[in-house]
Amino acid sequence: MIRFVEVSFTYAGAEDPTLDRVDLVVGEGELCVVVGPTGSGKTTLLRAVNGLVPHFTGGRLSGEVLVDGRSTRDFPPRELADVVGMVGQNPAASFVTDVVEDELAYTMENLGLAPDIMRRRVEDALDLLGLHELRHRPLLTLSGGQQQRVAIGAVLTASPRVLVLDEPTSALDPAAAEEVLGSLTRLVHDLGLTVLLAEHRLERVLPFADSVVLVPGQGRPLVVGPAAEVMVDSPVAPPLVDLGRLAGWDPLPLSIRDARRLVGPLREQLAGSVPCAAPAPPPATVAARAHLERVTVRYDQLVALDAVDFAVRDGEVVAVMGRNGSGKSTLLSQLAGVFPPTSGTVDVSGADPSTLAPRALVARVGLVPQDAGVLLYADSVAAECASADRDTGLPPGTTAAVLERVLPDLDEDRHPRDLSEGQRLALALAVVLAPAPPLLLLDEPTRGLDYLGKARLVRLLSELAAGGHAVVMATHDVELVAQVATRAVVLADGEVVADGPAREVVCHSPVFAPQVAKVLAPDPWLTVGEVRNALEMETVRG
Amino acid sequence: MSRTARVVSGRRGLHPGAWWLWAACMAGAASRTTNPVLLLLIGAVAVYVVSARRNPSAPWSRSVVVFLRLGLVVIVIRVVLEILFGIRLPGHVLFTLPQVPLPSWAAGVSIGGPVTAEAFIQSVVQGLRLAVVLICFGAANSLASPYRLLRCLPAVLYEAGVAITVSLSFAPELVMAITDIRAARRLRGRPTRGLSGIRGTAVPVLERALDRSLQLASSMDARGYGRRVPVTRGVRRWASGSTAAGILLLVAGLYGVLVAGSLPGGGIPFVAVGAVLVGGGLATSGRRTNRSRYRPDPWRRPEWLVSASGAVVVATMVASGMLGTPGIQFVVYPLGPPTLPLLAAVGILVGLVPAWAAPVEQQPVEIPGAVSRPTGSDVPSVEAVA
Repeated sequence: MIRFVEVSFTYAGAEDPTLDRVDLVVGEGELCVVVGPTGSGKTTLLRAVNGLVPHFTGGRLSGEVLVDGRSTRDFPPRELADVVGMVGQNPAASFVTDVVEDELAYTMENLGLAPDIMRRRVEDALDLLGLHELRHRPLLTLSGGQQQRVAIGAVLTASPRVLVLDEPTSALDPAAAEEVLGSLTRLVHDLGLTVLLAEHRLERVLPFADSVVLVPGQGRPLVVGPAAEVMVDSPVAPPLVDLGRLAGWDPLPLSIRDARRLVGPLREQLAGSVPCAAPAPPPATVAARAHLERVTVRYDQLVALDAVDFAVRDGEVVAVMGRNGSGKSTLLSQLAGVFPPTSGTVDVSGADPSTLAPRALVARVGLVPQDAGVLLYADSVAAECASADRDTGLPPGTTAAVLERVLPDLDEDRHPRDLSEGQRLALALAVVLAPAPPLLLLDEPTRGLDYLGKARLVRLLSELAAGGHAVVMATHDVELVAQVATRAVVLADGEVVADGPAREVVCHSPVFAPQVAKVLAPDPWLTVGEVRNALEMETVRG
Repeated sequence: MSRTARVVSGRRGLHPGAWWLWAACMAGAASRTTNPVLLLLIGAVAVYVVSARRNPSAPWSRSVVVFLRLGLVVIVIRVVLEILFGIRLPGHVLFTLPQVPLPSWAAGVSIGGPVTAEAFIQSVVQGLRLAVVLICFGAANSLASPYRLLRCLPAVLYEAGVAITVSLSFAPELVMAITDIRAARRLRGRPTRGLSGIRGTAVPVLERALDRSLQLASSMDARGYGRRVPVTRGVRRWASGSTAAGILLLVAGLYGVLVAGSLPGGGIPFVAVGAVLVGGGLATSGRRTNRSRYRPDPWRRPEWLVSASGAVVVATMVASGMLGTPGIQFVVYPLGPPTLPLLAAVGILVGLVPAWAAPVEQQPVEIPGAVSRPTGSDVPSVEAVA
């Protein structure tokens, strides 16, 4: 269905090709997952399928991309709209109309389909993706998962043979991600659609994958094959695969169900040990660094936080979890004093952060927002560090030194916009950490991070906590919570519904449990690292 | 949602074109008279129809209030300008402002001087006329979203329409971006106010806007925007020539309609011929795109009634003017209360027809466990299809 023949692509002005002599065949009805580290060319590969690369982006492409027998050489993206449905990273940015139903019909209108066909297909798409209750809703009022499903529906109505999705679940909470992936598998099974999707959160998509394309980056050749085979030595792998490698399972299980069938011997090996609580919580005598007292935040009629009590102590890493729109980001913005609460009191190091002058604020609390890029203004990494020193009145070189610790060897002359997601996060972290605020807040820090970037972040956060920083992060990423959080708080509709040690909170929730916990339940193991340590101890003792 | 709950889909409102046609007729009638009674009557009719037929849950339904305020501002500005710089009409002097002597070449312009009741009233009436025209357009805005009007554009104008839609949806996003970036500046320990604050906000806001436009453009391209059907060169030329000539005639004709006595037949023949030419031209160039339209708004009896009522309003006004009915133009000499031209006043009241003839647009309502349809207007012909 999709065929790449000797495809090389170089962006205008770049020296090295992003894709180098790529040969790839994706058969009809396959769900193929593209994996690889950030910046390896996954998005370029996806956008080459419908000719956005190079027709839209510019650059030089050699070789040939064939979709359903049509070559992107002869057909620009708009002429392929009836064959390839393309859903980008940020669905909200791709909406053309303002109401769900019109958005679903938009592609068909461009194709000039007859009104009765359009009507029928819109109804089909509404049913297939479970959107019929939302048909008249303005697009801006939808949640992330709903927007993603509308974006899929909007390309589906043109009845394409191929669906291409770039990180369809990265911005979604675990439940919404399941919702979208469930819809996708249904399309593959029932309609025989060919799906090509790129995703960083492999733990979510691998169970559904027929085949995997590994894009190693740096011009190395692609690895293509059945998911279980490719994952054996993929540099990026979800915890389940890591666990499988550790336990030497063959074939490698890709779903929790497969793994639980093989888990018996491992469980016996682990029977004698208990997971050592790696991130130890601080002693109860430490006073709270920051606290919210009966804080309510209202936007017009929407109650984002409803009389929330919350406290964080030095040395703690608190994960704030919950659905999209449950009030996580609002909680962080309150701690950072972005705006005053509707009622209640906020206290950070003895002051109300919303009344502080900018310079006094950054010395007490640092917030890295969801899109770390909004913190960056300068046109090179070095200039960014220098301006951070100036803004906060620190001796020159402080921020650069912090950056060296967070991410060594970052090229000083690069423009912040050209950095990879992980590098940009590191730079923003360095800027925020430079004035040494005792309280660090992170909003969705792992969005767009590959496993390497995530591991680096986990290490850094543990170090910070050990050094006495209080860290609060809002996140959907249960694996991150499992690795680094000492405490987890679950929000729902602006209320705190769970608050306790991370291990207890996540293990007892079917939605928030990490993969290792699901496989080894009811034993309370959270991460592959814990299991590995226990096994090593076992060997030493044995 | 629970299984017992059920969603009643929205009833489609009147065709937006009908609303805009009606409003344009009302505005046209207003521009043909200076009689304050008639003007106030037109304004009242427009506001009444809005309050009777708008969909209160729609975000745009309150725009008539904005236009009302704007109208008041226009009247005030008109009067202030008249007092300061207006032509010094003779008559009953209300008060005298100190006069600034101007050189002889500036004859006809005066600053300060005696202000008469006649000049004052005349400026109020002229301001009122502009205000009522504004209110009529505010009414159209409140009754039908400009987005929905854009959806009805002929195929050839469609692409320009999309550009407008996209730029309109940009404004709220810009506001969001500005809030985000100001917050981010604070988090960097930078000033959010003052000149440097503005400069530091503008660049990232524009960067974001550019980013978003690129994403949107690529998504539209991938979804078939701008697919073309090849046509011959001759056809293309004929289409653009006819459209251009038609637009010229239309503009001239509209001038005739708005300014009494400037063109034979009140400019209406010009408008008619121009409209036919433009229509033909657009239809021909429309053949280049083979777009189709999803659930187009139907044009049925209520649409005919509403637009006809607007036509009656403007026709009676133009007719009264051409017949020379006294009182259509308000004269301040001698100073006295305005008379009421009956034909024109009755004509304006016909503009109330939409208050009954038009269906009310309804948003979908979620009724837990209910099975009945919501009760709405009793006009059966625009029953929701869904």
